[in-house]
Amino acid sequence: MTTHAIADTRTLTGRSLRHILRSPDTIITTAVTPIALMLIFVYVFGGAINTGTDESYINYMLPGILLITVASGIAYTAYRLFLDMQGGIFERFQSMPIARSSVLWGHVLTSLVSNLVSVAIVIAVAFVMGFRTGASFGAWLAVAGILALFTLALTWLAVIAGLSAKTVDGASAFSYPLIFLPFISSAFVPTDTMPAPVAWFAENQPVTSIVNSIRALFAEQPVGNDIWIALAWLVGIFVVAYAFAVAAYRRRLS
Amino acid sequence: MTTAQSQTAARGPAIQVQGVQKSFGELQVLRGVDFDVAAGSIFALLGSNGAGKTTLVRILSTLLKADAGTATVHGFDVAAKPGDVRESISLTGQFAAVDEILTGRENLVLVARLRHLADPGAVADELLARFSLTEAGGRRAGTYSGGMRRRLDIAMSLIGDPPIIFLDEPTTGLDPQARIEVWETVKKLAQGGTTVLLTTQYLDEAEQLADRIAILHQGTIIQNGTLAELKQLLPPAKVEYVEKQPSLEDVFLSLVGATGTEKES
Repeated sequence: MTTHAIADTRTLTGRSLRHILRSPDTIITTAVTPIALMLIFVYVFGGAINTGTDESYINYMLPGILLITVASGIAYTAYRLFLDMQGGIFERFQSMPIARSSVLWGHVLTSLVSNLVSVAIVIAVAFVMGFRTGASFGAWLAVAGILALFTLALTWLAVIAGLSAKTVDGASAFSYPLIFLPFISSAFVPTDTMPAPVAWFAENQPVTSIVNSIRALFAEQPVGNDIWIALAWLVGIFVVAYAFAVAAYRRRLS
Repeated sequence: MTTAQSQTAARGPAIQVQGVQKSFGELQVLRGVDFDVAAGSIFALLGSNGAGKTTLVRILSTLLKADAGTATVHGFDVAAKPGDVRESISLTGQFAAVDEILTGRENLVLVARLRHLADPGAVADELLARFSLTEAGGRRAGTYSGGMRRRLDIAMSLIGDPPIIFLDEPTTGLDPQARIEVWETVKKLAQGGTTVLLTTQYLDEAEQLADRIAILHQGTIIQNGTLAELKQLLPPAKVEYVEKQPSLEDVFLSLVGATGTEKES
């Protein structure tokens, strides 16, 4: 049935995108928390934070905020997948002559679209708050690519959570640590002010290299080695999460 | 030895189950189930809760793998040719498998698309009319009553005219009128040549609908026959004179009208 994989994925993506259109609050909710964080950090904490650069603070912290946006948005994928399995429609799909992978890809592509919309909303608010960049079209494209890859990698993590959760709360709880990861990175403050063990963690966890890459792209600076470290992390997480998600899916089917 | 033969006989049984076993951990749910279902007939699998009915339906609809034994559906082995089996069947599970956020019509279009039919919209409209859901077609399925939701569920199962339909406890949780509606639908299906395997815990449902009834108890089929055959298992009927009291169901149905089409909520 693999001949239908693309058509089936398109049909099922259309189905879950329609879910989002019917409850656009999921996109708004995803954007509200990062926007609130942005307001607090820029207008409350920001004045006291010395980033050691000439950049305005909002320029400095926007990349981290964008990652938080995605990290909170992907929980909806776990949630929707869980509800599908609860309701019986999952079994209907499984007993039909469709490409079975399309059931997961439909949710994953929907997550990609809805998270990019949330990210666009957050960036628009950032512009209102004074975010400025002279980034070229190519640099914007690179930022979009990094964020898309970040979304895909985390969404496959969400698929694992959605497939193996026992309760609705369990399905979305996994994303909380992901939302906090940017706080222990270079996203809001330079890592060199942190105590040595924390700084070591911050320097070597994926968020720092991703944040540094996006920040450099917005600031029209060379991205250096960070982009390769970031891509290695993203592709690595994507591949591992995908493999575990497929294994969890198989377990679910037998 | 029959298992080794290829199942190509044109009018062989629609479903053949031989020695199927399934355990979940220590719990042995199916301990060797055997039965055949003739093409175009209604076959009822009767059993109490936990008898293994749903497990068996899940195996036959390729959602679950048996530990031992063989099962063929429409001539295809469920383990070896799951893709062909899925082309030939449709499953209506215990809980109405409709998308509550989509409208009734969108649900039907979705399934028609996934069955790769040429004109999903026309298929949807035809089924809405056939199941008296045309007016409700534009509303979200989440707003439907239990009976309407079940009708939509069954309508979704008929898309693509699969020759074999599994109905897992189709009337559990429905009110009496909705139950009768479902029964009428199932009878019409069988008249049209569709093979129906239904599971139920209601004796009267099996009695009303089924050409053959198998009783699944503690993981095996303990009886399998027509209603008349099953009745013969008991000593011949004694003639007794009892006052015929209407059952509460008779009263209820005569008060509210048994065939009255359901009011939309």
